[in-house]
Parts: sequence; C-alpha cells; structure tokens
Amino acid sequence: MIYEYFSNLTGSEVLASIISAFLPLFLFILPFALIAVLLERKVSAHMQDRLGPMRVGYHGILQTIADILKLIQKEDIIADQNDKPLFNIAPVLVFAGSYAVFAAIPFSSSYLGSNIDLGLFFIVGISGLVVAGILMAGWASNNKYTLLGAMRSAAQLISYEIPTIMIVVTVLMVTGTLNLKEITELQSGYFWNWLIFGGNIAGIAKYLLIPFMFVGFVIIYISTLAEVNRTPFDIPEAESELVSGYHTEYSGMKFAMFFLAEYANMFAVSAIVVLLFFGGYHSPFGYLGNTLGLSWLVPIEQLFWFTFKGIGFVLVQMWLRWTLPRLRVDQLMAVCWKYLIPIAFVNLLIVGLITLL
Amino acid sequence: MTVYDITFYLFALITLGSAFFVVTIRNIVYSAFFLLFTLFGITGLYVLLSADFIAIVQLVVYVGGILVLLLFGVMLTHKITNVQIKSGTLQIIPSAIAVIVLAFALIKIFLSTNWKTFQLTAQNSSVQGLGVLLVNQYSVVFELLGILLLIALIGAASMARR
Repeated sequence: MIYEYFSNLTGSEVLASIISAFLPLFLFILPFALIAVLLERKVSAHMQDRLGPMRVGYHGILQTIADILKLIQKEDIIADQNDKPLFNIAPVLVFAGSYAVFAAIPFSSSYLGSNIDLGLFFIVGISGLVVAGILMAGWASNNKYTLLGAMRSAAQLISYEIPTIMIVVTVLMVTGTLNLKEITELQSGYFWNWLIFGGNIAGIAKYLLIPFMFVGFVIIYISTLAEVNRTPFDIPEAESELVSGYHTEYSGMKFAMFFLAEYANMFAVSAIVVLLFFGGYHSPFGYLGNTLGLSWLVPIEQLFWFTFKGIGFVLVQMWLRWTLPRLRVDQLMAVCWKYLIPIAFVNLLIVGLITLL
Repeated sequence: MTVYDITFYLFALITLGSAFFVVTIRNIVYSAFFLLFTLFGITGLYVLLSADFIAIVQLVVYVGGILVLLLFGVMLTHKITNVQIKSGTLQIIPSAIAVIVLAFALIKIFLSTNWKTFQLTAQNSSVQGLGVLLVNQYSVVFELLGILLLIALIGAASMARR
C-alpha cells in the first residue's frame, strides 16, 4: 500500500513509516476539519434562516482560517488547581485515539494506511483510548462540569459500543472477513452490490437480507452518532447544563486539538458506515477510467466517491444536530439498552439464519 | 539493531516503566492512568509478536473496558485523591525471604527451560485459526465460558437492583 510505495521511493523503512503516518493528517484531516467547521456553521445558519459567517472572504469561506490564526495566538491557560501533567496529556491522547482510526480506513484501492486483516476490529478497539483521554481531561480540569461531562461521555461511549459491535458482527457474518479492503471489494460493481442492498450474493438470500441490513444500518448510524457525542446524543457537552462538557477549561491549541479530534471522529464513523453498508470507495455507476481505458484515473475516482459518501453522512449528522432536541440521560440509556441492543441481537440471529441458507 | 528491536525496547520500556509507577505513585488517579500506558505497552508487544487478534482484544477488554470502569470508580468516589495511601513496611525479613525464593525459582525456570524458538514469519492473521479451534476443538469450553459470563452478568444486574 502507501507504505510500500514510500518504502520503495525513499529506500528507508523509518522514513516511509513517518511519511505514511503523517500523510492522512495533512492531506485529509486538516483540510476536512477546515471545511467541516465552516460547513457546520453555514448549514446551521441556513437551516435557521440566518446567513452565518459572511465577513471573511466570499460568504465567509475563509472564516475557519481566521479562527485557526486566532486559536494559535491565544494564551494557553492552565488554572492553578488543574492537574498539569494530565491536563496537558489529555488532548493528545484524545486526538491520538481518533487519528489511529485513519490507519485502517481504505480511502481508495491504492491508498490505505495499513491493510491489516482485523481492520474493522482495530477501529472498534482503538476508540478505547478516546474514552480514557476524555476521562483524563474531565478529571484533570478539576471542575465539576468537566467531570460530569466526562462521566456522561464515557458512559455513553461504552454503552453504545455494544450495538455497534453487534452490527459489525452481523456484517462480518455476511462478508466472512474483517479486512476492510476485502469487505469493500465484496461490494464492487454497481450500487445494488452494496451490503445495504444485500451484497454481492446470488439467489434469494440477497433479497431476504435487504430489510435486515437496513435495520442494521439504522442501528449502527444511531449508535455511532452517540459515540461521537453529537446531538441528539450530546449530553456530555450540553451547553445549557454543563457549559461545554469535558473541554470547558481548555483554551488555545489544546482546545483546537479536541475540536480536530471531534471532526476527525465524525468523518471516521461516517467512513465506517460507508465501508460496511455503502460500498466503501466503490462508485455506484462504474468508473469513467475503465470506460476511457485510463487505469490511473480509477483510484482518484474512488477517493472522490469515498470522500463524497463520507461527507454526505457528515452532512446528515449536521442536519440531525440542528433538527432534533437533546435526549435526557435516562432516555439515552433506555434507547441503547432497551431498544437498540435487543433489536441488534434479533437482527444478528436472523441474518445468521439467512446466511446459513 | 533493526527498527523492530528499537520498537520492542520502546514498548518494553513503556510497559515496565509505567508498571513501576502504578505501584509506587501515591496518587491513585495517577496510578490508574499509568496502568493505561502499561496495558498499551503490552498491546504493542503482542503486535510485535504478530498476535494481532489478542492485541486488539487486549485493547478492547482492558483499555476500553476494565480500565475505564476502574477510572469511573476512582473518579466518582468522593475526594479519593486526598486519601494518603499508607504503604509502610511490615515484616521485612519473611517477605524478603519469600521474594528471594520466588525470584530465584523464576530465574532458574527461565534459564533451565528449553525454549522453542520459531523464525518470525509474517502470517496473514491469527483470527481464522483461533476461530476454527474455538468452535471445533474447544467448543464445550467456549460455551461454558459464555454461560459463566452470562451468570456473572445476571448476578451483577441483580446485585445492582438491590
């Protein structure tokens, strides 16, 4: 993959590792966060019949760059009673956890950080670091709002991990592999080969699978939405109750790191949904590169389709944020434990029976 | 020294160093967070041994589950950080004897065992072999463990209701 390419280019394993580790950050996450922050403000504004940022650049398109310049200049405030070492480590830990996910996401058939066989499982597992980082931030700030926010966030992340894993297991039973690239390749061809339309299976099983795959998609979308603490599941940072949750005390670049991690996470969970149910990087209508006989065009088209689908789901997240009210803590837990988990289990059983057919 | 050696020593250093701090540091929250780095270092060691499945299970179960639960308990307990952990020394002579005997036995075993060594080859993944073994050869044990976990779950739920 990308590592082998740089390894051949530079002739050094260390250099290749470093380059391929930094590439998604500068090539993808930073530009994505720049666009997504602006998009969020514009989308929310237009949903509420406002204009949003308008002053910096044409219709405010340079607003985020101005914000970043401001954040870099800001004083890095550490209050006297904060726990300094943990306070400084926490943003790094949170960002590391959400950045590590990008190591296993195949952006296109020729761009993939690491083609490990347990890619999907790795993505689920590495998010444990984020929980630990959030708890660390909440505790080190020495503030009751941050501690409450961190507790809520961790409880929510752990609870909603269960339905996510159940759906991942459901998909695993259909595909028979955890390798994200192989899962994507199983969905090649046209859009009716996507797993939400029953996958690339011949016969009656494909049509039987469609409703259960749809249920699975809805459940995993809800639970990943809760895992990134977005509305209607944003009780960890409920502004009206908790100021802004676990990152209340942070300022300057450390705050920016939390922000970056949040947006990176938003794309990461959308990417998981896309990879599992919507064909990953595959185009729904075939490739222009294949028709024209230009084979180098295909990976670029795949990159386009992957980011297109991913950003589509990010837009849905924003749409939901500005449409739905926030859940209460007990309602949040009830949704997870009383509805999503039982439905996910029944879904798992039925899909298992169908794949046996 | 290749890159892999350096990575191994790095992970070993993280594991041992943070494990040392887990037991010596006075602040209980710090101990819990050092435990995070210990468990993470062990994950790294598993990866270097190409035991990919166990490495990720280590992350999911220990970092994502047990450690977070532990942090919950530590943080929700009122003013737990103000408590001075008393770690004095009692009964030096018997404990010293016990430790020396144990250390001697361990070193003796390490040195006298005829270790089987394999050339490390990049294998595809350990998960398929593990899965086949679990549902064929060890299926009874596997099911029994499942029932055990279920019983523990029901017990915990019924205790929490009281």
